[in-house]
Amino acid sequence: MEAIDIFSYFLLLLLLLSGIKVVTTSNVIHAAIFLVFTLATTAILFILLSAEFVALVLVLVYIGAVIVLFLFGVMITRAPLGPNAELDNDQNKLFATLISLSIFGIFTYILLQTFDSTVVIREGTSTKLLGEILLSRFVFPFELVSFVLLGALIGGITLARKDNALMDEDQI
Amino acid sequence: MSFSSELLIKVLVVLATAPVMALGLTLLEVKGSAWMQRRPGPLHVGLRGFIFPLATAAKYFQKETIIPKDVDEPVFKWAPAWVIAAVVGLFTIIPLSPTLIVRDLELGVFFLLAISSISTIGVLTAGWSSANKFSLMGGLRAAGQLIAYELPLILSVVGVVIQAETMSTVGIVEKQIEFGFPFVIAGQGIAFIIFMIAATAEMMRTPFDMPIGESELTMGFMTEYSGIRFLIFYISEYINLFVMCAIASTLFLGGYHIPLLPTEWVNFYGPLVLIGKTFTLAFLLIAIRWSFPRFREDQLQTLAWKVLIPLSLLNIMVTAIMKVVF
Repeated sequence: MEAIDIFSYFLLLLLLLSGIKVVTTSNVIHAAIFLVFTLATTAILFILLSAEFVALVLVLVYIGAVIVLFLFGVMITRAPLGPNAELDNDQNKLFATLISLSIFGIFTYILLQTFDSTVVIREGTSTKLLGEILLSRFVFPFELVSFVLLGALIGGITLARKDNALMDEDQI
Repeated sequence: MSFSSELLIKVLVVLATAPVMALGLTLLEVKGSAWMQRRPGPLHVGLRGFIFPLATAAKYFQKETIIPKDVDEPVFKWAPAWVIAAVVGLFTIIPLSPTLIVRDLELGVFFLLAISSISTIGVLTAGWSSANKFSLMGGLRAAGQLIAYELPLILSVVGVVIQAETMSTVGIVEKQIEFGFPFVIAGQGIAFIIFMIAATAEMMRTPFDMPIGESELTMGFMTEYSGIRFLIFYISEYINLFVMCAIASTLFLGGYHIPLLPTEWVNFYGPLVLIGKTFTLAFLLIAIRWSFPRFREDQLQTLAWKVLIPLSLLNIMVTAIMKVVF
């Protein structure tokens, strides 16, 4: 076993532990911070696989934007210090365990079936290559995804805005 | 040299450089403001005011760390760590010369944008965990502001990346040397102004200091911090000022090179040139800080969403079209 193997096993352990803490802690902000650790460990694992672009996207989009928006949302709606009783829900524990175990099973099965131990890319994905592929071979799915995102954005704004034609901007 | 010893040396050098640069900028800010506003203290007291930053640092070191009773202790205690870790991490991609750089990453500029977004978490958790209305308000204002100004910051850099055809910081400087002019003259002038405005807002400096706003929110998200933890927030503000100005000089002002200087000697004059450019830009921001009043919250959001973001998108479009045409 090489040093890098030991390091990646250590990271996987860290990932597992922080992932468990995300769902077991009864404090919303603590859960968000443990989610940061989970995502950061995932990013380091991607760097070990020399997929630097994916790692940095994880940091920029998930840690830098999603978690920040999550914290912002929690703080702006309700920000109790200390544990939140609503988060401890004993009724659905069995159901939740079943769902998460089955998702784990399905993903493991699919990944092992598809890839097993075949090496897909020997060298790290160069960003230039990634950009070229995204804008040539995969240009249609790429545009489609941006269209879906635009739709989601407009939908979100429409749902969030309560004003109608009678109210002008000064009254909001 | 083995990888680990090289890494150790690099980390130690960065950890030594960052506070020195912060001290230099603190001195520049204190003396600049004293010069602009005729304050006798920093100009005359103690070796003509030169030991002032050291005295400030010593003051915070010997102060008692007060932790209020109701705070969320682990979150409260670690909040400054997020900020300083993110800021010091950015030293990785600052090229003082083609060889004097921690690591010339292929995705240098992208790394900058990704890592700088981490400090927002520190600011938000600091505001939340303090158990204080003013801190929470400061944290919320900070979040709104940092989210809004991260976009123009990213989008203004995209123009440079398109023009340079690379994201590595050394590559961008080399492209400017090859071109003969820095990018601020050669087509990215608007992007430079947008970058500087967005960077000032990201640093939460006046006129964008609503999250701190001492006259309305005492000290915003930093209200409950004292002693060494406050010092960490304070130092990271100045390290961030250095990093942002250094990045702006690298991306827009030609980095470690000045036109007409011989490129063979770049390893000797490079660090001096970059630090000189950085301190000049920092002085500009300091002058702005001590001459302009604070924005109003809605004006700030309007500026970001209705002016800077459309303008930077337009800049990307024009740059891309010019790239294809020429």
